[in-house]
Amino acid sequence: MSIMTGTNFDASKLTALQKITLRAVVMSFLFYGLASIEGTLMRVALVNPSIPPINGSPEHYFSIMTVHPIIGIFGSTYQLVFAAFMFLIPYLTKKPLYSVGLANFVWMSITIGSAMAWIAAFIWHYAPLYTLYWPLPADTDQFQVVGGLVFIVGVALIMIGTLGFIYNIYATIFAKVGVHANKTTKELLISGFGIDGMLNLINKLRGKPPYTKEPALSLPVVAIFRGTVDTFLDAIVILGAGILVLVYLLADASGVSWDVHAVDALLYKNFFWWGLDLVADGLVLIYVAGSWYLLATIITGQKLFMENVARAALLLELLVSWMVWSHHLLGDQGQPEMMKLISGEMVTMFELLTQGLALFITLMTLWKARPLKMTMELKYLLGGLLGFGLAVPAAIIQADMGMNRVLHNTQWIIGAHVHIALLTGLYMTLYSVVYVLWPLLTNNTKLFSMKLANTHYWLHLIGSIGMGAFMGMAGLDGMLRRHFYMDGEYQTFMILAAICAIMMVTAWVIFMINIIMSVGIKGLIGIFLPAQDDTATFGIDPQPSVVASLKK
Amino acid sequence: MTFSTSVELLKFHSVAYTIYAMLIISVIAWFAYNLTRKEKAKAIVRIPFYLYIGFLVFMGVMHHIFTYNTIPWVAEDIMRHDIKPDKTFEIKIAHHKFDLPGKMEIKKGEKVLFDAKSADLVYGFGLFRQDGSMVSQMQVNPGSRNDLLWTFNECGEFDVRSTEYAGPAGNDMLVKKAVVVTGCNEGGKV
Repeated sequence: MSIMTGTNFDASKLTALQKITLRAVVMSFLFYGLASIEGTLMRVALVNPSIPPINGSPEHYFSIMTVHPIIGIFGSTYQLVFAAFMFLIPYLTKKPLYSVGLANFVWMSITIGSAMAWIAAFIWHYAPLYTLYWPLPADTDQFQVVGGLVFIVGVALIMIGTLGFIYNIYATIFAKVGVHANKTTKELLISGFGIDGMLNLINKLRGKPPYTKEPALSLPVVAIFRGTVDTFLDAIVILGAGILVLVYLLADASGVSWDVHAVDALLYKNFFWWGLDLVADGLVLIYVAGSWYLLATIITGQKLFMENVARAALLLELLVSWMVWSHHLLGDQGQPEMMKLISGEMVTMFELLTQGLALFITLMTLWKARPLKMTMELKYLLGGLLGFGLAVPAAIIQADMGMNRVLHNTQWIIGAHVHIALLTGLYMTLYSVVYVLWPLLTNNTKLFSMKLANTHYWLHLIGSIGMGAFMGMAGLDGMLRRHFYMDGEYQTFMILAAICAIMMVTAWVIFMINIIMSVGIKGLIGIFLPAQDDTATFGIDPQPSVVASLKK
Repeated sequence: MTFSTSVELLKFHSVAYTIYAMLIISVIAWFAYNLTRKEKAKAIVRIPFYLYIGFLVFMGVMHHIFTYNTIPWVAEDIMRHDIKPDKTFEIKIAHHKFDLPGKMEIKKGEKVLFDAKSADLVYGFGLFRQDGSMVSQMQVNPGSRNDLLWTFNECGEFDVRSTEYAGPAGNDMLVKKAVVVTGCNEGGKV
């Protein structure tokens, strides 16, 4: 065992499906580290603004703030989720992945796109933030055109990679091979949208036999199917906004000065938030619920508690996710009051119901199977459940016309809600998935150290909840989220939040050491070398991808 | 029960959310502990599924009903187009600078309309106490109506700061003690 060779990992024995999954996972954790370091730099700068590398420069500070979520959400989270699902869909449907080549394109496109967005901010200080509020991204008085062009092309590449993922997922689900050879597209669609679960519930209430005893698609596949609808809509909206910015920047570069006010800022905000919110309130919540259900069934080895209700709830979550964007516009006085009331408050409130249901069903599935061994995957799953248990009610509290007046754009939003949802809720769920998939993806490679794994767990859990909590407390004292304070304001909370941020960076370093010591440097490089085995299935007879089979 | 200022509201919110956070952390910790015990724990309380669903809906709805009835600026905000303000202040914003109508002097209890217009970017209009806590805010979008009707139930001097990011150049958008509210008894409150 050494840092070069790892424990017992052999990259040359990996199949094509395992390799494309692991490549995206590696890139995801590298981007996570970058986002984590960026976040810590910002937290430390709020304690001591003149500390290098920010050196009291708002341009530098806001450049980091702009790329931090791009790197964190797209470079890291998207890649990790896409990697897991491109492995899980073939595994769960017992069919080969549609295309290994397309899967390779996805991780490369997102990696290059994220790197370009980062470079645009690093070199040219392009800093319109992820919100891209019109007309700021086209403000060439503040930002250089070249920076904007590189940033937008980078984001476009991320979205094109995302569309590639979506195509691969749906093409795999709808492929008429293996267990689905005799299924019609209609049957798969009905199952994918969870209509069969809804019909089963209705039939049960009417005393009739169930619509189907064996749904065509398993519940986690249904969650991925539905969450991917939101991923698609979100990609289209972000691409649309990108094209708008690109057109204005190109016009400016060619010497033509177009009136930015030809585009209504509030209308644009509505369009953009409708799409962007599909990430936060759509695909994340649906994917997370699906992941919880999958993890609970794998950990317990038992059927999911109230499966039909879970299927129906996923459909409700999809519909809810399309109608909640106005909670981001409660502070916009031009937004119609009825939209604030219905979309911003009432429909948003349903997320308490849908996420509460997912939490309940997962906990009940675990509870009914007790006693359970406290494995790493169970530990992380419980951490993920706790994260959303904290963050979702925080969201419902702020999605209120009274509360939002004093909470909007404060550190409460980004700390108590966003960072706890992402770092505690989402990432701990994803770490649980990583530990579940680890033996499958690495052919039972022995983990280097359980002590390091546990240290990572506690540092991440305490650091993420602590940072979110202290940021939230500063927010209640009036601290804004998109402001670079330079006169020592809110110092106590900022010092505590910075300590927690450093705990999380340390956690990431420990996690990476554990992984590298397990797979070794040679193994890590081997993951990126071409696969000798073109198998694109897992757990069934080895088969190449659907595209490769068609070529043969 | 009515919250006359954001300080009172946020104090209440802080206590309520902290209690909830401690509760959910304790529940998950208790759950995790009992999940691994060979001796099966007796349920402390049996919660029927539909009661749990009903509870979630009830809490969600009650939250908004509670805030509507206890936070005075909610109804005032919704009905602001039908309320005649005692004073109106025109706020202009352009090139990352506030153009305010001098020192804005207000008597406590007066209904004041802040009517803000942006000539270029999306900004924010926020009122802050001297200790940095927020009184109120709104977004200021170019080309839209941005009107905030506010009743000051507290006295003092208040800063105006942009609450929305409009590029690095907007980081200094602060006007100290731009609003003065007078007419309170000793202690500063109504």
